[in-house]
Amino acid sequence: MSGIPHDHYEPKSGLAKWVESRLPVLSLIHSTLFIPTPKNLNWMWIWGIVLAFCLVLQIATGIVLVMHYTPNTLLAFSSVEHIMRDVNAGWALRYVHANGASLFFLAVYLHIFRGIYYGSYKAPREITWIIGMLIYLAMMATAFMGYVLPWGQMSFWGATVITGLFSAIPLVGTDIQTWLLGGPAVDNPTLNRFFSLHYLLPFVIAALVIVHIWAFHTTGNNNPTGVEVRRGSKAEAEKDTLPFWPYFVIKDLFALLFVLTIFAAIVGFMPNFFGHPDNYIEANALKTPAHIVPEWYFLPFYAMLRAITFDILWINSKLAGVLVMFGSIAVLLVLPWLDTSRMRSGRYRPMFKVWFWILVVDFVMLMWCGSQPPEQPFVIMSQLGTLYWFAFFIVILPLLGIIEKPQTPPATIEEDFLAHYGPGAEGAANAAISKPAE
Amino acid sequence: MLKTTLIAALAATALGASLGGGSAALAAEEPHVTDYAFSFEGPFGRFDQAQLQRGLQIYSEVCTACHGLKFLPYRELGEEGGPALPEDQVRAFAAQHDVTDADTGEDRPATPSDHFGHSNDPNAPDLTLMAKARAGFHGPIGLGFNQLLHGIGGPEYIASLLHGYTGESREEAGATLYENHVFPGGWISMPPPLSDDQVTYEDGTPATVEQMAQDVAAFLMWTAEPKMMARKETGLTVVLFLAGLTVLLWFTNKKIWAPHKGKHA
Repeated sequence: MSGIPHDHYEPKSGLAKWVESRLPVLSLIHSTLFIPTPKNLNWMWIWGIVLAFCLVLQIATGIVLVMHYTPNTLLAFSSVEHIMRDVNAGWALRYVHANGASLFFLAVYLHIFRGIYYGSYKAPREITWIIGMLIYLAMMATAFMGYVLPWGQMSFWGATVITGLFSAIPLVGTDIQTWLLGGPAVDNPTLNRFFSLHYLLPFVIAALVIVHIWAFHTTGNNNPTGVEVRRGSKAEAEKDTLPFWPYFVIKDLFALLFVLTIFAAIVGFMPNFFGHPDNYIEANALKTPAHIVPEWYFLPFYAMLRAITFDILWINSKLAGVLVMFGSIAVLLVLPWLDTSRMRSGRYRPMFKVWFWILVVDFVMLMWCGSQPPEQPFVIMSQLGTLYWFAFFIVILPLLGIIEKPQTPPATIEEDFLAHYGPGAEGAANAAISKPAE
Repeated sequence: MLKTTLIAALAATALGASLGGGSAALAAEEPHVTDYAFSFEGPFGRFDQAQLQRGLQIYSEVCTACHGLKFLPYRELGEEGGPALPEDQVRAFAAQHDVTDADTGEDRPATPSDHFGHSNDPNAPDLTLMAKARAGFHGPIGLGFNQLLHGIGGPEYIASLLHGYTGESREEAGATLYENHVFPGGWISMPPPLSDDQVTYEDGTPATVEQMAQDVAAFLMWTAEPKMMARKETGLTVVLFLAGLTVLLWFTNKKIWAPHKGKHA
């Protein structure tokens, strides 16, 4: 698959030849497993594996939860309690699934910010980036609808607030909202369709993940230097890369297990830390909670939604807030064309680095503002935070490409690797490289 | 870079704190909830079986007049990690209560597979999940990080509320409200439910309001999370197993990469 020169699979046994000539699945597995990978990848390149694991974990636990859950407004809440009390290890399934969503989003944010810092979205990886953003959008939709299913107070009122956003659209807004809800308000038809879509979307995500991997296996991984792997010959490429198996599989597995150890501690010892107490109260359409707060991973965007407390020209504040919220994600989709710098990795961009870290701080600050009641100083902080979010993508990034003078990156990945680790036993290294590729 | 991310997050928090004059307003809203040392806190915490039985007694003699426990089947009283009543006692306890049979539509004495009743008073919330539906701790500055150490504070909230009455009351729209400095808003429609020596504990524990409040709070933590002890035990095993595997993978990774890496620059 990869454009990087490497050994190709040759079937040896009769059976392998028989299969390979009918369906090239063995060479597909081989080229995926032994794909040449830049050997200087750092610890921020582990989140992809964590994300893949999260998807499998959520689908596996989710399928079993569905066996015991009842999507009906009269029964949903008590069916969740049935899972917690009567189903064998049901409490484990539900807590792993609920906290799994948090791990999924933590990993995706680290993955996205890593991509921004190292310029992973730049040519030729624009499609990888866009597919990734589509995955992120699908994740948000899935998580939002999943949170409605337990039919607690936050489920109900969160759904009411978020679907209410569509009513801000002029002329057809209310009709769209009614169509989405299956009625004038959040009720049984809403719960049923959210349940159906919550089950469907993870498989859409799985398909998109395959395309995401296909795309970056075609271009090759980015790496911390942003310097491309040399492709003149196989020998040259092997100086910059190591095969995925075993080097990166073991490294990623170590990182995954490390993350899962912390995850297990959270599930075992404080499973409700990321949840909201109000969701242990059954949904009640007549009683609005004092503060309606979405899950932590939506808070930055929720803060941007609420930041627009004023009309913008002829657009009223509600619609403007909705447009700003969707716009904050839309700018990420077109990021490859907003960044005008020819230097790929932020490591060699002295000015970009500063603005990037302000963006990270901005994101965390918005997250905090989103969790707080809509009053001062959080309103003004959200407004400044929103302003910076858009300024970074629409003004700062395009300008930086013109005014910034980047440093010189190493000529090759090998040079970067040697500078960091010193010359290893190179002879032994070359011997080890050629082995697994046979 | 992960480290830098964490530092940035902390910096943002500090920045927010220095800007956030509004956190004072939040602190004023937040009533004082006493951080009781319950036996079930922390990774090794366990329910105190005697305390759960005392709590069950408070619920049965006091709370049940208005409040229900509709998600709790009687048989759970006999389960391990709970009050663990012997089977005959569970049967006898259930039989003291009448339920409407779903098939015949007639009232009959409850059996262990039936659930506790719904609330008698429509304004009294069901208590099964109350210990998870209330958070006692929100700080600092609304971030809830103190929950990492103290827990979410549901049982603490319940116990604090039960002796948070000031003794003041007032009439409003034909209802009596009682001042309680733990309840949000400061006025609650539930009259002070507990008074010293209101019940007689079989195990001889002095029935002070403080004691009864904590006992029933612990019991309600159990009704909300009956599998808590199993969860913590399993959690510990899984954490230790994964930590061991992580260490092994660390050495495997080191060994595999060793031929390619020289001395660290």
